[in-house]
Amino acid sequence: MAGTTRSRTTAGGHGKRKPRESPLVQWSLILLSLVFLGFFIVLPLAAVFTQALEKGLPDYLASLKEPNSIAAIKLTLITAAIAVPINLVFGVVASWAIAKFDFRGKNLLITLIDLPFAVSPVIAGLLFVLLFGQNGWFGPWLQANDTKIIFATPGIVLVTVFVTFPFVARELIPLMEAQGKDEEQAAMVLGASGLKAFFRVTLPNVRWGLLYGVILCNARAMGEFGAVSVVSGHIRGLTNTMPLHVEVLYNEYNTVGAFAVASLLTLLALVTLVAKSIVEWRAQQALA
Amino acid sequence: MSIQVTNINKCYGSFHALRDVSLEIPTGGLVALLGPSGSGKTTLLRVIAGLEEPDSGIVEFHGKDTTNVNVRERKVGFVFQHYALFRHMSVLENVAFGLRVRPRKTRPSKAEIRERCLELLRLVQLDGMADRLPSQLSGGQRQRVALARALAVEPQVLLLDEPFGALDARVRQELRRWLRRLHDELHITSVFVTHDQEEALEVADTVVVMNQGRIEQIGTPEEVYEQPATPFVFNFLGDVNLFRGRSGEGQPQAAPFGLTPEDVGFVRPHDLEVVKEAGEGTMQAILRRTHAVGPVVRLELQLHSNAQEVFEAHMPREQFRALSLIVGDEVHVRPRKLKVFAAEEAGVGQ
Repeated sequence: MAGTTRSRTTAGGHGKRKPRESPLVQWSLILLSLVFLGFFIVLPLAAVFTQALEKGLPDYLASLKEPNSIAAIKLTLITAAIAVPINLVFGVVASWAIAKFDFRGKNLLITLIDLPFAVSPVIAGLLFVLLFGQNGWFGPWLQANDTKIIFATPGIVLVTVFVTFPFVARELIPLMEAQGKDEEQAAMVLGASGLKAFFRVTLPNVRWGLLYGVILCNARAMGEFGAVSVVSGHIRGLTNTMPLHVEVLYNEYNTVGAFAVASLLTLLALVTLVAKSIVEWRAQQALA
Repeated sequence: MSIQVTNINKCYGSFHALRDVSLEIPTGGLVALLGPSGSGKTTLLRVIAGLEEPDSGIVEFHGKDTTNVNVRERKVGFVFQHYALFRHMSVLENVAFGLRVRPRKTRPSKAEIRERCLELLRLVQLDGMADRLPSQLSGGQRQRVALARALAVEPQVLLLDEPFGALDARVRQELRRWLRRLHDELHITSVFVTHDQEEALEVADTVVVMNQGRIEQIGTPEEVYEQPATPFVFNFLGDVNLFRGRSGEGQPQAAPFGLTPEDVGFVRPHDLEVVKEAGEGTMQAILRRTHAVGPVVRLELQLHSNAQEVFEAHMPREQFRALSLIVGDEVHVRPRKLKVFAAEEAGVGQ
């Protein structure tokens, strides 16, 4: 390939022209990308659905209707239904503060928001076990008050909130920073209170970014495995979320069951991707 | 409403944006804050609006101390440099914003708001654009929406930050005249910031020239142009030639126009008379180039005694023709009007 890549940008006068490669290079790059995508993404996706439907549609539906599967789906939905709104509010508040106000410790706050991205989910799970587990800091107090967090739904929700909290904030901070403070200031000069300026100017301006962040946050909340696995205790029908349930079924050689539940998660991913593309498209339209 | 600011200081970190600035703006005045970037003009405007808090000093509206009054309660109209229109709202919604966010007690009815906003849009010649989004408007139209939005709350003071800065030359010209007319109609006390001297001189009643956080001169356009108080004002308002009394690099030289070595003489190019014969108080010079486009001919001249000293003279085309000069000719120049500053004060590097 080395012989075919002739750079034209070296000839001073043509500096602004897009460097064009020979068709051979173009096509080999495209082909390489396609092969890579096919092998690592399309093939596994197809495998999930073929495996799930291996024994026909009735078996597929039956394994989804099985009580433990239903419980896992319910738990996942509950977790997302709590974690996503919490992070929506937190993300909006944090990014509003960061983008529109100057205060001490701003950089520290930005770093802290990124922490869940940097920490391995398993560690995140362990952190909560250390805090709320039987021998953890709050363990004795929780026991005395007859409250269970670890190996129960509250723990699962807590770690999910932790793992997913950067999504909304990360999406909004750059957007709000790019939009600047002018419009808010204009609103204030016109007599709007801080809250009115926020709800009538700031929030509508970032609505597409916000929706985008929520979609990503939701996908991660439903799909999280590592952190949830540590605090769940894998009690069937009680503390297994969908990803955990998939693992349990798979380990029991229940291939159809495992892949049936997995196919739901995959569908979620596909729906997320479509929704994400639509939102991105709308956001671009709004900008234009 | 009159505005008075007294001894305002404002620092951003180690940058001193405003140093002890005092200024009085009479009711109904149209004042330009003129200066280069970093001169503190925008900061002063934002302090008056209440968007910035001064480190020290007092802002008074109509004799009432307003320094600690929140920007929301100051009832000023502010037009931002880049308009800051609400991008997700239609033109009408933008203009109506200030009325719609009022507490229910003082808020006009929906129909009234609509009526008033449509009237304002007529005033700024944007009738028929009410339902457009800001992104569908041209720069000049956006500017006028921003103005209508600021006027909708019936402010007692109108503040404009570089109102024509982002527009192209022709639209600028048009909007300038239009702003002047609008002010004459509404008589609202107005302050605008600009770095364009022509704009300041053409539109304002009073020009405040600022430099490095200080006010250099306050006066009518004629005053600041004809009688600049400082070398900076001279330099900033229009073209100027500098004649140094001190010779460069020790080469002996007759000081031009009888300047002493401590002096620098400032002459506007059109105040420099060019003649063919030597006379009283003239200096010998050589014509190096001419630019004869337009009604005014610009002559690039070089002092005979010092080839480093290049300067310009402007004269009407007719006069230039009568002189029948060609490049390389020897001529004599004499200032009709010469303003002398001490070299130290003038900052001879300029």
